[in-house]
Amino acid sequence: MIAILDYGSGNLRSAQRAFESAHSEVIVTSDPDICINADGLVVPGVGAFGACMEQFVAAGAVEILDQRAATELPTLGICVGMQIFFAQGVEKNAHKGLGIWPGEVTQIEAPILPHIGWNTVTPGAGSQLFTGIENERFYFVHSFAATQKIEGAVNSITQYGVEFLAAVETPYFVATQFHPEKSGDAGLKLISNWINGWVTL
Amino acid sequence: MTLARRIIPCLDVAGGRVVKGVNFLDLKDAGDPVELAAKYGREGADELTFLDISASVEERNTTLDIVRRTAEQVFIPLTVGGGIRTTDDVNTLLRAGADKVSINTAAIARPQLINEIADRFGNQVLVLSVDARRAGTTSGYEVTTHGGRTGTDLDALRWIEEAISRGVGEILLNSMDADGTKEGYDLPMLEDVRAMCSVPIIASGGAGKFQDFSDALNSGADALLAASVFHFGEMSIPDVKQYLDSQGFPMRIQRK
Repeated sequence: MIAILDYGSGNLRSAQRAFESAHSEVIVTSDPDICINADGLVVPGVGAFGACMEQFVAAGAVEILDQRAATELPTLGICVGMQIFFAQGVEKNAHKGLGIWPGEVTQIEAPILPHIGWNTVTPGAGSQLFTGIENERFYFVHSFAATQKIEGAVNSITQYGVEFLAAVETPYFVATQFHPEKSGDAGLKLISNWINGWVTL
Repeated sequence: MTLARRIIPCLDVAGGRVVKGVNFLDLKDAGDPVELAAKYGREGADELTFLDISASVEERNTTLDIVRRTAEQVFIPLTVGGGIRTTDDVNTLLRAGADKVSINTAAIARPQLINEIADRFGNQVLVLSVDARRAGTTSGYEVTTHGGRTGTDLDALRWIEEAISRGVGEILLNSMDADGTKEGYDLPMLEDVRAMCSVPIIASGGAGKFQDFSDALNSGADALLAASVFHFGEMSIPDVKQYLDSQGFPMRIQRK
């Protein structure tokens, strides 16, 4: 079963349907036990880093991710759900993140922000997430991103003003800065790649 | 590799139906917004916009249902505008399946609404729709309401500047002078707004032929919105995108 963590952020309806296209059982829930034990957990996220992190903590989700890390169960972070995996975010003020990965989430340097629309991704060597969709575009909507590659992980890169991390793959934690659930057929393929590569081995 | 320019069809909806003409022969029900949205999604639309022009609360509730049903089957970004007055209105739309909302009159009446929405949901969810026309204000453009019928004396460029500082993430720039003419987007206005605008601009109003789209991109638009040329089948989304691709613009071209 795949659980989509509902901690008060935005549009989860499309996310649920998108994951259902590749998996028979997908639920949107804030129940900690379900989230701790789900075969796959999706952490969405919209809004500012600080506000998102605050809601995440209030929902008891830090404990959920700690447990999942201990039991080596896969978790996928999307957009701000990816950003809070890092040690710190500096949107509006500096905010502590979960620190699963080192480094900071900072504002992209580009003449026009937010970065909104369909951009390409250069998959990192050995990427499983982008198998079969190496040359597709994915939908981004954000002004902040992590730029420092994670050692030992598969780091996939996008360019907008600067180079930043579009996706990170590790054995249990995977994250995308773009929205696979909003990226048409390419996004559905990526979701299916995550499910086949991490959730149902 | 660069960010693709976006093509965004816009559907006016009320009472659960597409209103303002739609003329397709290959749809079972040309007036069903979900079916039309799905068709545009298949054809490669980069986003969809619903503009709710409902006159009553009952009609407005049917729009939520349209948003829900569309979000369940079309996996591209969905913007909904019309009748949004409060952050709770925004929350209801986002929970129903909208990714972004566009606001217009309510923000003119109470600019603080922009701050409230941006603070709660982030500026990436918020599109400011500006219906502008030529007038004697400082920049030469004024903001109008009621589909261009009512002037406000509010200077369009000053308003855009203020709205960006309050937290809007995108500007939907609708030229009331060009709207409905099919003689092309309002290029001078686009260039004037581009020169002072740090957020993406969606150009709207006036599209009639292929070159209108490339002209607007050359004048600084990041995305192009159109309604009637798509609804009446005068141009198809794949044809417009192929044309722009051939002109050297980065586009998302769907592979079969």
